[in-house]
Amino acid sequence: MVMLTERERAMQGGADGPAVAKAMDLLVRYADALGAERFVETNNVAGVPGSAPPWVKNYYKADGGDYRAVFSRFDLDADEVVDVPRMNAFSCHLQGGMDPELWAEQGMSAEAHANFTADERDVAAHGIQILKTCTPYIAGNVPVMGEHCAWMESSAVVFCNSVIGARTNCEGRESTSAAMLAKRIPDWGFHRPEFRRGQHSVRVEVPVTDVFEWGMLGYFVGQSVEDTIPVITGQVGSPSLIRHKHFGAAAASSGGVEMYHMVGITPEAPSVEAAFGGAPKGETFVYDRAARARIYEQLNAVGEGTDVDFVMLGCPHYSIEQIAEAARLIEGRKVSGNSALWVFTSRAVKATADANGYTKALTDAGAFLMTDTCSSISQAVPKGTRVAALDSAKQVHYLPAIMGIEGWYGTTAECIDAACTGRWAGRLAEPA
Amino acid sequence: MATLLERPDIVLRGRGVVPGVAEGEALVTSQTISGWGGVHAMSGTVIESRHELKGVSFAGKVLVFPGAKGSSGWSGTFHMTRLAGTAPVALVFTTMTTKVALGAVVMRVPSVTELDGDPIALIRTGDRVRVDGDRGTVEIWRATPSA
Repeated sequence: MVMLTERERAMQGGADGPAVAKAMDLLVRYADALGAERFVETNNVAGVPGSAPPWVKNYYKADGGDYRAVFSRFDLDADEVVDVPRMNAFSCHLQGGMDPELWAEQGMSAEAHANFTADERDVAAHGIQILKTCTPYIAGNVPVMGEHCAWMESSAVVFCNSVIGARTNCEGRESTSAAMLAKRIPDWGFHRPEFRRGQHSVRVEVPVTDVFEWGMLGYFVGQSVEDTIPVITGQVGSPSLIRHKHFGAAAASSGGVEMYHMVGITPEAPSVEAAFGGAPKGETFVYDRAARARIYEQLNAVGEGTDVDFVMLGCPHYSIEQIAEAARLIEGRKVSGNSALWVFTSRAVKATADANGYTKALTDAGAFLMTDTCSSISQAVPKGTRVAALDSAKQVHYLPAIMGIEGWYGTTAECIDAACTGRWAGRLAEPA
Repeated sequence: MATLLERPDIVLRGRGVVPGVAEGEALVTSQTISGWGGVHAMSGTVIESRHELKGVSFAGKVLVFPGAKGSSGWSGTFHMTRLAGTAPVALVFTTMTTKVALGAVVMRVPSVTELDGDPIALIRTGDRVRVDGDRGTVEIWRATPSA
């Protein structure tokens, strides 16, 4: 049984009101399920609090069918409806279901948009930041090393643990909503130093230096180590935010990696010894030319037709650096009449893109710069899409399966060429 | 139920994750299960391409599996199965993660783990299983006599 401090017992007893008491009830059940002995305090929570499709609201019709009912009954899993106050922790809303302005272009109904708008009003009224992104760390919530967080979104979790050295498990909707009120999360898993040690080795024997190559390596690493912690050494270089972002998202999708060590690159891996921290060194996986070619084939296994209907960029959400690159690549060109180009980012990054003229450059070329969501999350692609081209290993892992379409994986430049010509001409270049 | 008057063929002992007692027919897989993107909540069916349970419903079954994988939407998706009436009646799993722990809690189904024998090897699809989340035990009655 989880041990509660005096303060936590008072919270569970109702000292901070009924919503915090219900949040503590759920967190205690969750901690006991994990076998956690105590809670850690957190003041950095990212989830999808209270947003719900009409079906869920209708299910709680007898309870009022509103935000309060959904938050009490679904998010806090409580047996009664309580008043939900402003959140106590610094709380952020991750990605949502549609673009706030381009929802009709995404094929959403006016009813669905009205529901989205109402939910967003309630989220804001509860003091939750409308980040609406899978990349909170480039939209206003950058944790620091050692900070205890409670985050959802596998690609954000792996970035938070590995690149920043902050501490979060892969939380769910209910645990993050409860943590927003109680500022507590079970002290289990990645919150504890002994859980953060490497378990297997990956030796990179082919140069991996750009964002396309980092994504393929990530996909290989996830397949190799599944949901354990890899220690990566060798010819991986030129680290940058967008390379880590793509690598982690790919590794989390193909295998469920929630933390990785890159020796000499990530903060908890100054050396191989430090990364393993005395733990047994498990298996060794080698990423060489043959492995690279195999991963490229796997990522393109669901690509057959070369007429590309749809190009989607921005998984995880594009940074301003990537939007600038996309705008540069499409300069003086137009999206083909037989194709479409949707680029996804957060609202915060889009504000900069607007200021820089990148949004206009993309729009003038016939593309859309969209926020909040992506094609997989919203299940939105242009009508009649049969073949998509993607520059994200994560998106090519999910989107074709979710939408029943074909998908190609390539570089950003190959994807933009495909959007402008309507044809796929991607190929695997010789390693650098 | 007549069979339960008889002694179980196998008893496994471990740790209760979610309290309560439930019994039902086992559905066993050696593969981890994705929630969001891997399960259709309204029908309680596995939809992941290449999964050995693809197209199979776990509604009303005792789900015996290694654990959870994939998106952080795992608990939310399985929570929806409870609302839709398509949740399993109990969980037996081998690898603890935050995803499966939270999912089991919000599904409110008796769940056990850390058993003294491998449930995936010992339980067969179709066996009658009683999961006791209070005592942390799994009792198994063979659907067909062991060879």
